[in-house]
Amino acid sequence: MRHGKARFVASFLVLPVGLYVFYVLWPYAQDIAYSLTNWGGYSDTQEFVGLDNYVRLFKDELIRKAFWHSVFFLVTVPVFTIALALLFAFLLNVGGRGSRAGVRGVWGSNVYKVVFFFPQVLSLVLVAIMWQAIYRGDEQGLLNGVLIKIGLVDADKPLQFVADPTPFLGVPTVLWWLLLIAVWGGTGFYMVLFSAAMQSIPKDIFEAATLDGATRVSTFFRVTLPLLRDSVSVAWVYLGFIALDMYALVYVMTPSQGGPDHASEVFASVINFTAFNKGQFGYACAIAVALGIFTLLLAAVQLRVTRRERIEY
Amino acid sequence: MSQLPDRTSDLSRRSLLRGTAAAGLLATPAVALLSACAGSSSGDDKADTGAKTNDNPLGVADTGKVDVVVFNGGLGDAYAKFDVTVFNKKHAQVTVNLSSTQKIKTEQQPKFSTTPADLINNAGADIMALDTLVNEGALTELTPLLDAPSWDDPSKKVRDTLLPGTVSDGTFDGKVFVLNYAYTVFGMWYNQALFDKNGWTAPTSFDEFFTLAPKIKAAGTAPFAFAGKYPYYMRWAIMSWIWMAGGKQTVVDIDNLKPGCWKTPEVLAALEATEKLVKDGYTLAGSATLSHTESQQAWLDGKAALLPCGTWLENEMRPTIPSGFQMKLANFWSVSANDKAKGAVYAGSGENWIVPKKAANAAAGMEFLRAMLSVEGAGKFAELTSSLSSRAGSGDKVTNSTALVSAGEVMKAASGDLISFKHPDWYADIDKAEQNAIGELMAGRMTAAKFADTLQTATDKVAKDSAIKKFTRDA
Repeated sequence: MRHGKARFVASFLVLPVGLYVFYVLWPYAQDIAYSLTNWGGYSDTQEFVGLDNYVRLFKDELIRKAFWHSVFFLVTVPVFTIALALLFAFLLNVGGRGSRAGVRGVWGSNVYKVVFFFPQVLSLVLVAIMWQAIYRGDEQGLLNGVLIKIGLVDADKPLQFVADPTPFLGVPTVLWWLLLIAVWGGTGFYMVLFSAAMQSIPKDIFEAATLDGATRVSTFFRVTLPLLRDSVSVAWVYLGFIALDMYALVYVMTPSQGGPDHASEVFASVINFTAFNKGQFGYACAIAVALGIFTLLLAAVQLRVTRRERIEY
Repeated sequence: MSQLPDRTSDLSRRSLLRGTAAAGLLATPAVALLSACAGSSSGDDKADTGAKTNDNPLGVADTGKVDVVVFNGGLGDAYAKFDVTVFNKKHAQVTVNLSSTQKIKTEQQPKFSTTPADLINNAGADIMALDTLVNEGALTELTPLLDAPSWDDPSKKVRDTLLPGTVSDGTFDGKVFVLNYAYTVFGMWYNQALFDKNGWTAPTSFDEFFTLAPKIKAAGTAPFAFAGKYPYYMRWAIMSWIWMAGGKQTVVDIDNLKPGCWKTPEVLAALEATEKLVKDGYTLAGSATLSHTESQQAWLDGKAALLPCGTWLENEMRPTIPSGFQMKLANFWSVSANDKAKGAVYAGSGENWIVPKKAANAAAGMEFLRAMLSVEGAGKFAELTSSLSSRAGSGDKVTNSTALVSAGEVMKAASGDLISFKHPDWYADIDKAEQNAIGELMAGRMTAAKFADTLQTATDKVAKDSAIKKFTRDA
């Protein structure tokens, strides 16, 4: 019977595994193979160049720029998104303190849940197009229009938003404006994730804390956060991936896709330019492999750092 | 809604490759299968040819049929339908099978080596890569057509009725395989109604512009708008100014990566004029951040007086052009009195038509093209599409489009060689560096001198890089 069972299981797995190997693993393998060549992308000939592409990668100024921009997003996107999502989830689930007994969210929390989650149902490109109207750099832009009307911005010098490469706190301003969109778009989903996790925490724990006279702030830091460690850790890894991408926003919103003057270049925009504009597929594949390795290392480190003993409840 | 701008004319080799790359990958297996059956068809069912006479110079048979495929895109297919009636005036017994599609490659490539149509309008996103078609020897040379007498005037060859640049745009290694039927003129657009109301005249030089600009500004309008998000829109103007100031050789040197090509006084003069336009505050506030359609709409709304663009502008913006708006094109301004190429115009042909090598009735295919290039056919094209045809004088009879009429006038006033530049199509690195620098220059964050330095560095770097394939031009 064991043999028959294995066959039964295999018959279910063969199609999905086959598809996965063909459409996911095989392209990975191809990518690695191409990264060792000088393939241009349009011919069927290529030369093997060994690790030349990888050596070149470390000397490439554009890659270095993209790397630091990615580091910026890697730090800021998870920090701001998780902080906001936790705050909202806490307020919506246990933050309410009425005259009545029991643990509940702030007034109107069901409405807030829908409102905060809303960006999640929009496609990223749609989000980018919508924010283009908000960030538009002349008086017809939503923000500029309002700010000019109330006199906070000079009509001759409207805010340039995603076309502004000048540094703010040492980082090109355009990146801060893109960060705002990423955080706005991501918070809702993680708020729901944390809400679900919070709801699985027994209410008695919160009630006990309340009886002991814990304030909202200390309840949050001493009870809620430690019990949510697993969820936060997973969110951190996911948001790391999102931060490493950012490509859709950069591609749709910034001048010359990564500009102005390379101020918003990320790995994906460099790969796109190298492969499709410069016609250096081999080198672009090497950048992609490097990004892949970087992502895996990052995930491993994050999971390692946040791993702790699980608290059973 | 188009997020990324495109232009109907002037298809560069690179953008063409990019567009076909994905489709090409998918199509490759199909081609392999097809080549198996392609080899087996030995029957050569060419149509009979008729006697070559003055009225039938290509020797089209009296009867039979001709298959014509038109791309039903931005220019529509109504003009081609009209051309059928023109064609039938001389060949009443020949049946024209006109089909219109947007999937040129999907439908035509599978039968290209066996039973292709006789004349194909190879255009749109699903375009067949021209260099591949040429390299594979899949096209009929169009020289007989160019040397044939024109449709209306037997004393004039077809070749001599075409606008300048059209023949060379379709020439590959000395052979003409492609006829580009549409023609784009670039320049400065303005609203004649607005200018009349305020008593302004469209400037022809930077000096005139700088005299007029304060008056425009005083009237509450920004003198100049541009598509800052896509810096290559501004490149058309800047490269034209460089050409005018320094003459053709200056731009040829830039394309050929000559040492010091960006550091000549003429290049600097053109760049400094551009810098002054920005520094003096004559650009629409926020223009450096706007997309092409946003800047064009701002201009249509009267927020700005002048805008650089090509002749597809009217068609592109047609749904939102305010009533009473009189769209007109003027040539790019001269840079100074010392200009070496005064009155040069930036224009070129696009929208290719090809006759396959295996076409059953290639003579009739070419004859149909000859009919399209008649005064009547080209005139109807201009009337229907508000775009010029590459047949000279196509816009002469059109009166319902001030844009088209003015573009025709700009072409008539053109002197010397047409402006053209190749380096953005040849070298992606220079293209990127140039677009970034134009973005910075137009946002007021970069000086003309720094611009020249940046581009010289980028040019020298490409010139030194042996991994990059080099191209040269001498004309």
